[in-house]
Amino acid sequence: MQVLDLTDITLREANAALQNPSEGSNETAWEIVNARGSHAIAVGLDAPIDVQVRGSTGYYCAGMNQQATVRVDGNVGPGVAENMMSGTVIVDGDASQYAGATGHGGLLVIKGNASSRCGISMKGIDIVVHGNVGHMSAFMAQRGHMVVCGDAGDALGDSIYEAQLFVRGSVKSLGADCIEKEMRPEHLEKLAELLAAGESDAKPEEFKRYGSARQLYNFNIDNAY
Amino acid sequence: MAKDDVTPPQTLPKYSSTFSPDVNAEIRRAAATGIYDIRGGGAKRKVPHFDDLVFLGASMSRYPLEGYRERCDTNVVLGTRFAKKPIELKIPITIAGMSFGALSAQAKEALGRGASAAGTSTTTGDGGMTPEERGQSKHLVYQYLPSRYGMNPVDLRKADAIEVVVGQGAKPGGGGMLLGQKISDRVAEMRTLPKGIDQRSACRHPDWTGPDDLEIKIMELREITGWEKPIYVKVGAARPYFDTTLAVKAGADVVVIDGMQGGTAATQDVFIEHVGIPTLACIREAVQALQDLDMHRKVQLIVSGGIRSGADVAKALALGADAVSIGTAAMIALGDNDPKWEAEYQALGSTAGAYDDWHEGRDPAGISTQDPELSKRLDPVEAGRRLNNYLKVMTLEAQTLARACGKSHVNNLEPEDLAALTMEAAAMAKIPLAGTSWYPGMPGGGM
Repeated sequence: MQVLDLTDITLREANAALQNPSEGSNETAWEIVNARGSHAIAVGLDAPIDVQVRGSTGYYCAGMNQQATVRVDGNVGPGVAENMMSGTVIVDGDASQYAGATGHGGLLVIKGNASSRCGISMKGIDIVVHGNVGHMSAFMAQRGHMVVCGDAGDALGDSIYEAQLFVRGSVKSLGADCIEKEMRPEHLEKLAELLAAGESDAKPEEFKRYGSARQLYNFNIDNAY
Repeated sequence: MAKDDVTPPQTLPKYSSTFSPDVNAEIRRAAATGIYDIRGGGAKRKVPHFDDLVFLGASMSRYPLEGYRERCDTNVVLGTRFAKKPIELKIPITIAGMSFGALSAQAKEALGRGASAAGTSTTTGDGGMTPEERGQSKHLVYQYLPSRYGMNPVDLRKADAIEVVVGQGAKPGGGGMLLGQKISDRVAEMRTLPKGIDQRSACRHPDWTGPDDLEIKIMELREITGWEKPIYVKVGAARPYFDTTLAVKAGADVVVIDGMQGGTAATQDVFIEHVGIPTLACIREAVQALQDLDMHRKVQLIVSGGIRSGADVAKALALGADAVSIGTAAMIALGDNDPKWEAEYQALGSTAGAYDDWHEGRDPAGISTQDPELSKRLDPVEAGRRLNNYLKVMTLEAQTLARACGKSHVNNLEPEDLAALTMEAAAMAKIPLAGTSWYPGMPGGGM
């Protein structure tokens, strides 16, 4: 385990170490201590390494992650795992706005709650939230899956494209063009897979599925507000 | 002649200036379809522009440089504030962001070829980076847009600069759109969208709001790319003084201001014509903001929107810009709206020079289309050569004007070299009305 102490080194030095792990090194486990809410911790990683962040982080923790597994044992600020391509990001606490925004792939797990716009414009990422998600979550969500084990706030899935949403609790309101959809066996199977990967013991049968009515895909004056 | 045969004098049919034929046609179109008009391009209305300024040239108090013999340099370095690897261009004319999707792959390749031959940069657009344009572009600016279509860290690292797009001149405050006719299999895959839908792009970034957030976002982008790439911030011209100030505060290396004549691939006509301010009106405001921050020439300023000639380039530089950017003019250089396609433009209900239904994907010139047959009409090598020629001519023209003003570098041109022909232009450009020392719009007329 290699330790990067943000009281001793700069963020640039810490990220550079994670972005350029020594070739041929067997050392794949890293720990960041004294995160102290710093922004852009562990961004732009592109190697199959494990990074444990001790404490809470600011904006964009693990942004644009590829391959790496990043685990934060505190809370995270806005935009955790934004535009993630692959790998896994696990947050033991809560997440602020835009968690997983525009993510193309990989798995984001929030053990606590996620604030508004979770999964906004997601493009293939899978997101599992153990708690609740705030308003406008999955806005313009294009591809991927969002699993909410708690409740969803207002306007869930507004202007959604082809992403699939699973919510166990209540949905305060659905956004434009987002509807409840039939939960078929293949969806239950996928949901079970996501819950297992997301370290949740919730039962797939307790969830409802939501997705696009596909009525906004082409301009129509009757759709205008 | 019988008295009854005399026709009394008639008044001519009189069109209303308010309800003119084009206004009436739009009312009828709206009434028939129930949807607003969408088109490409920038503002078509007449606004004060660079034509309303003239250079004063050398005279008794200044001496000119000899054309073709005495040096007049044109190089410019962009991104000197924070980036480890600023971009060095041979000419101060760059190619603006235009997406693959809005344009054919052949057109994007041609832009890369022409720009590279001329020693300047080209820019991606909403939809990501294609191998064709990366391969053909010596200097490629990668746009970071609200939609994040195709955005990925691999391409981000391949870029020579990153342009965070806050807005564009055709539609400050508006998002993008790409209609279904242009969402081909390849475009759909790059944007992670179903084929054939009318694609909407968000008007705000999904993970930051306001300049304080942008500062953190820029820091993240620098961390991901090792602080190598210049970071541009592009805004549509609306409040250029404050937007420039805030972009600098957020950490931009380069500020790009796009006036209302700047084009778009597709937007509501009402947005294009009624939101934003002319290019001429935003340069001095942006420069003033940089000067007030002691950042003029430290943070570079690129101006776009209606740049057509070396005269426009020289005037923009004289007003304080470090470089300009062209989009519509580059498309015309490639072959857009060429009269040789007149019969086909007529068949589309338009005419060469006025065709702006770029969103429909039926461009006879093969530029603003994804139709494979139409796209094949554009030879990227030949079109790239035309663009290179055009860029060379613009550069020669700008040099000619700079030499006439006694400048050994086009960036040495200054406001003092200019006079305005109209009060509007004088007020917007903060240049005295020709033959006077009057600065309309300034307290006491600037005297």
